[in-house]
Amino acid sequence: MLEVRGLEVHYGGICAVRGVDLDVAAGEKVALIGANGAGKTSTLKAIARMLPARGSVKLEGEAIEHAPPHTLVRKGFALVPEGRGVFARLSVLENLEMGAYVRDDKAAIEADIERVFGLLPRLKERAGQTAGTLSGGEQQMVAIGRALMSRPRLLLLDEPSMGLSPIMVDTVFDVIRQVVQDGVTLLLVEQNARLALSLCDRGCVMDGGEITLTAPATELLDNPAVRAAYLGE
Amino acid sequence: MRLPSPGAARRHCTAQDTRRFVDILIQQIINGLVLGSIYALVALGYTMVYGILGLINFAHGEVVMIGALSALTAIGLLVPSGLPGPVVVLAGLLIAIPVCMAVGFTIERIAYRPLRNAPRLAPLITAIGVSIVLQQLAMMGWGRNYHTFPALLPVTAHKIGGAAITDLQIIIVLTAALLMAALVWLVTRTRLGRAMRASAENPAVARLMGVDVDRVISFTFVLGSGLAAVAGVMVAANYSIAHYAMGFMLGLKAFTAAVLGGIGNLGGAMLGGLLLGIIESLAAGYIGDLTGGFLGSHYKDVFAFFVLILVLVFRPSGLMGEKVAERA
Repeated sequence: MLEVRGLEVHYGGICAVRGVDLDVAAGEKVALIGANGAGKTSTLKAIARMLPARGSVKLEGEAIEHAPPHTLVRKGFALVPEGRGVFARLSVLENLEMGAYVRDDKAAIEADIERVFGLLPRLKERAGQTAGTLSGGEQQMVAIGRALMSRPRLLLLDEPSMGLSPIMVDTVFDVIRQVVQDGVTLLLVEQNARLALSLCDRGCVMDGGEITLTAPATELLDNPAVRAAYLGE
Repeated sequence: MRLPSPGAARRHCTAQDTRRFVDILIQQIINGLVLGSIYALVALGYTMVYGILGLINFAHGEVVMIGALSALTAIGLLVPSGLPGPVVVLAGLLIAIPVCMAVGFTIERIAYRPLRNAPRLAPLITAIGVSIVLQQLAMMGWGRNYHTFPALLPVTAHKIGGAAITDLQIIIVLTAALLMAALVWLVTRTRLGRAMRASAENPAVARLMGVDVDRVISFTFVLGSGLAAVAGVMVAANYSIAHYAMGFMLGLKAFTAAVLGGIGNLGGAMLGGLLLGIIESLAAGYIGDLTGGFLGSHYKDVFAFFVLILVLVFRPSGLMGEKVAERA
């Protein structure tokens, strides 16, 4: 599904991502874990063409590293950005409609909005409210719901737990768990390694801009080094 | 025979003064509404571009001028055809609109897009440069003379008390109101309007949604320039003249109107435009009386900029504006 080779990101003279290779198979759920500043978000942003980067990125065999960023969503690719990136001045409903921007099957869009509301009933209650007035957790739900509106085959989530209270984190992860049940491929960047690994099939540990370890999630959860470094044990 | 007492004469005089005061007041408010409608249309162009790019397009006034002069040129060619006056003016307008749209599109493409990621002072200076270039090109093309707008539109005056409003003034106010309503509908109710608002707020995320932000920006310039064309024809018709430098002062005042309402805010541009028109008009009507004839109505321009200074000092975010964060 997703094939990344030799990805490099530089900020001025600083190298944030150094030669990352990453494969995500169709239907697979992969967690990218690591400490703050390890290069996880930069990797995701570079894949989504939000940052200038070197290296090759293929989506279902098609090279996308030169595709204009706004064409990616048509290829079945959705990213929920770090910090959620909801349109604060648009209503919740309008945010969802923005998610379906490239689609013109009106009836199906309506049905998908109802589906998202079914999955996230809180959003239905607040459909007419501007997204900026919502709590952080609700905004995260808007961002996830908005990403689903494009009917993605590959979903990239960047730090969905960031800035949320523990209860809210659980709620948001329950939602993510439900979403990925439908067979959508997931690449999840998350500092909360335990949660991320409990949800995913496979984990990649990032450190200093490189992927230092890739293994099945259950294995990583048992790995003493990972437990010590990222699970706080 | 008894002479009227001095007191009665004074009472009589006061009543007449009051009536005169009220008549002038109504007349100046009418004139202000007309002027304000035009300012509002131009201010919308400033505010839309600012909303999406954080850029003050100082060349926008020149687009208004190009609208007025290209319409006048078309009208001049059409007058001998013997078509009815309003049809000729409408044809001139329909030519001015695409001309201005093309100018607006081109300005963005060649002057602003290459500077999209430059420090914000660069596009601002470029905007002033574009303004000068357009003005000089217009001077070369249309000459330095005043062009008169032929009397093609009905100017029948309708009495409102002691004041009057002409057909032309009614047409200007109604057309402006209609265009503004259409714009609000476009921005708040359509898919494209949603994309405009989303791009204004967060272009990177709008791109993730599949919005071609560059196209939305182009569209914003084209839309603002179309409104500027209409405003240009209105100004030319209202004052019966147009010339190559008319855009400068008009642009500055419309910019003032946008700032007064809260730049980046559509409703603010409309409100600011109308308010500024009325303020200026009232000032022109009363400045002579207020200063005992020391300052004449040609000092009215002072008031627009006095308003600008007051707003910038006391309420920089404008009447309807939110707190504007400095963009990097």
